[in-house]
Amino acid sequence: MEFDLAETGVRELNRFLHDTASSGSRVEVGNPSGRHNIAVGAMHGCTVRINGHVGYYCAGMNRNADIVVRGNAGPGLAENMMSGTVRVQGNASQYCGATAHGGLLVVEGDASARCGISLKGLDIVVGGSIGHMSAFMAQTGRLVVCGDAAESLGDSIYEARIYVRGKAAGLGTDCIEKPMEGEHFEELGELLDRAGMSHPMREFRRYGSARRLYNFDVDNASAY
Amino acid sequence: MSDKIDRSWLLESATFSRPVIREIQRAAREGIYDIRGFGAKRKLPTFDDLLLLGASMSRYPLEGYREKCDTRVTLGTRFAARPLEIATPVTIAGMSFGALSAQAKEGLARGATEVGTSTTTGDGGMTPEEREHSKLLVYQYLPSRYGMNPDDLRKADAVEIVVGQGAKPGGGGMLLGQKISDRVAEMRDLPKGIDQRSACRHPDWTGPDDLEIKIQELREITDWQVPIYIKVGATRTFFDVQLAVKAGADVVVVDGMQGGTAATQDVFIEHVGIPTLPAVRIAVDALKDLGMHREVQLIVSGGIRSGADVAKALALGADAVSIGTAALIAMGDNSPEFEKDYNELGSSAGYYDDYQDGQDPTGISTQDPGLGARLDPAMAGRRVANYLRVLTLELQTLARAAGKTNVRNLEPEDLVALTVEASAMARVPLAGTDWIPGFEQKR
Ligand SMILES: Cc1cc2nc3c(=O)[nH]c(=O)nc-3n(C[C@H](O)[C@H](O)[C@H](O)COP(=O)(O)O)c2cc1C
Repeated sequence: MEFDLAETGVRELNRFLHDTASSGSRVEVGNPSGRHNIAVGAMHGCTVRINGHVGYYCAGMNRNADIVVRGNAGPGLAENMMSGTVRVQGNASQYCGATAHGGLLVVEGDASARCGISLKGLDIVVGGSIGHMSAFMAQTGRLVVCGDAAESLGDSIYEARIYVRGKAAGLGTDCIEKPMEGEHFEELGELLDRAGMSHPMREFRRYGSARRLYNFDVDNASAY
Repeated sequence: MSDKIDRSWLLESATFSRPVIREIQRAAREGIYDIRGFGAKRKLPTFDDLLLLGASMSRYPLEGYREKCDTRVTLGTRFAARPLEIATPVTIAGMSFGALSAQAKEGLARGATEVGTSTTTGDGGMTPEEREHSKLLVYQYLPSRYGMNPDDLRKADAVEIVVGQGAKPGGGGMLLGQKISDRVAEMRDLPKGIDQRSACRHPDWTGPDDLEIKIQELREITDWQVPIYIKVGATRTFFDVQLAVKAGADVVVVDGMQGGTAATQDVFIEHVGIPTLPAVRIAVDALKDLGMHREVQLIVSGGIRSGADVAKALALGADAVSIGTAALIAMGDNSPEFEKDYNELGSSAGYYDDYQDGQDPTGISTQDPGLGARLDPAMAGRRVANYLRVLTLELQTLARAAGKTNVRNLEPEDLVALTVEASAMARVPLAGTDWIPGFEQKR
C-alpha cells in the first residue's frame, strides 16, 4: 500500500492504519514534507516506511506497528507510544519518546532536548547525542545514548535507567552515576543489539535516581 | 483559672486572627507549607452577589410545573463528529482516581449517568469501573500523562486537555505517598509509597501554536469523532480563552480560583487566580470578540453549589457548569454522620479539607480499602443524581420565572448586582441603578 501525502494528506493514511491495516500490511509513505501527525495511533503490527522528513508527533501513541522514518523527525516523535518499534534514520527534535510506555525507539542521529521526558517504560537508543533536560521525571524505561548528553540529564528522575557512552555535561537534581554491574551490561548489550548498534560496553556509564526526593523532606528544600 | 477570665473583653486581631496565629505556629513547628484539599476558603465575590430579575409587566413568566423549560445542551459542535448531548447543563468535573477512591469515582459516574450528564476522569487515568458506569465520560489529557493510552482515548466520549486548574493555575499535581496504593502506583508507572508530583507543563508542547498541532494529533488518533476540550484555571482568562479557540478547541472549560483540589499548597489555593464570577464574564467576552460564542461552548466551574449559581453562570453566557466539591459533599463528604471520626483527625464536619492525607472517614478521598468500603457506590450515585436533579429543578424554576423556555435564553439583562465589586466584575448594573463601575453605558 502506498500513500503519497502530497495527494492524500495524513487523514487517509491514519484512517488506513486504524481501520484497514493488519499485521501483515506494508505501507510506504511518500512526500511527508515535514507534515505533522503522520502515522499516529497505529494499532496493528504493520510496517510503515516514511520516505522523507516528518513534522510533529510522528508515530504518536503507536501500538504494535514497526515505523521507520527515512529522514529527520520533528518534535514529539513517538510520544506516548505503547509498543512496536519506531526508528529514525536522521535526527529527532525535542521531546522524542515523551511519556511513552513501551516498545523500542531508535534515533540513529542526534536527539534534541527533553528526549524521553516523563518516560513510562519505553526503551530509547540514540546513536548520537542528546539535548538538555533529557529523561526529566523519567519514571521507568531505559535510555541509551551512544554520544554525549547535554546539561541536566535525568532531572527528578524516578526509576528509569540511563546509559551514556560519551560525556554527560551535567546531571539534574537527584540524578547520580551508578556502578555498572552484570545485569546492566546484559541489558545494555541487549538494547544495543535490538537497535542494531555496536560499541564496547565498558565505554558506557550508568545514571539513575539517588531516590533522595521520593518523599518530601524539608531538609532537601534547597535541592528544588 | 480560665473560668475567671471575662472573655468579652478579649479582642482578636484582624491581622493576626486565631487561624493565622495557629498557622504561624504550625509552620514554625513543621517547617513545611500546608498542603490541603477543598477550594479557597476566603470570602470572594460570588454568584451570591448577583440577583435574577423575575418576569413582571414587561416579561411573561412561564407556568411553573407545566410549561416546558429545556435544559439540554450539546457540547462540542465545532469539529467533532459525535458532540456530547447532555440532559442538564451540569457536568461532573475531573477528579482523579488516586485522589478519590474507586467507589467514589463509580458513585460520580452512576449519578451523572442517571441524570444524563457527563463525568470526567482525572490525573491518573481511566478506571474500568468509571467507564462501565458512565454513559458519557470525558477523558483528561494532563501534563503527567499518568495512565494515558490510545485505547482509553478511543473509549472516551470527549477529551479534555488540562492546561490548568482554578485552585492552582500554574501548578502541577501532587499525590502524597500515603495515598499510593498498589493499584494507583501501577496505573501511574511509579513505585508504591512515594510522592507523585504531576508536572505543571505538558511534556511535548509549549505554546498555543504547538497545542494546535497536539489537538490535531488527538483528533487524528480518535478519527475526528469526539470533542476536544481545553481546561484552564482562571487567570488571564481573555487571552487564554482566545488562544484555546485559536488552537482548535471545541469546548473551553474555565475553572475559577475557588475551584476544589485534592492536594495543593494552601497559599496557592487562596492567593492565585481570579474568582469564577469575573472569569465567566471575561470568557464570554473573549468568545464574543471572536464571534465564537455558542460555536465553541463554555463550561464554567469553581464554587458552583446551587441551581441559582447555575442560572447566573448561564445568564452571563456559559453553556454549562461543572461541579467537583459539591458532588463530593452530595456523596457524604463533611457529613455530621462522621463527626467522631473527623474529631479524631483534628477536624469537624463542615471543616474537613484533608483530602491529601488519605484518611477520609467517608471513604471518598482515600485509597484505604477499609475506608473505601464505607462508601456504597450505588447509594453515592443515587445521592449525586438526586443532587443534580435538584440543581436542574432550581435552574428551571428560576429560568421559568424569567420567562425562558430554554435555560440558555437567560441573559445578562436578567441580572443585577448587589455589590459594587460584583457589578464591576459581572458587568451587570448595581441593583436599583443603571451604573456599572468602569463601564460607560451607551443608552
Ligand atoms: C478531590 C478533587 C480532585 C481533583 N482532581 C482533578 C484532576 O485530576 N484534574 C483536574 O483537572 N481537576 C481536578 N480537580 C478540580 C476539578 O476538576 C474542578 O475544577 C473543581 O473541583 C471545580 O470546583 P468546585 O470543586 O468548587 O466545584 C479536582 C478537585 C477535587 C475536589
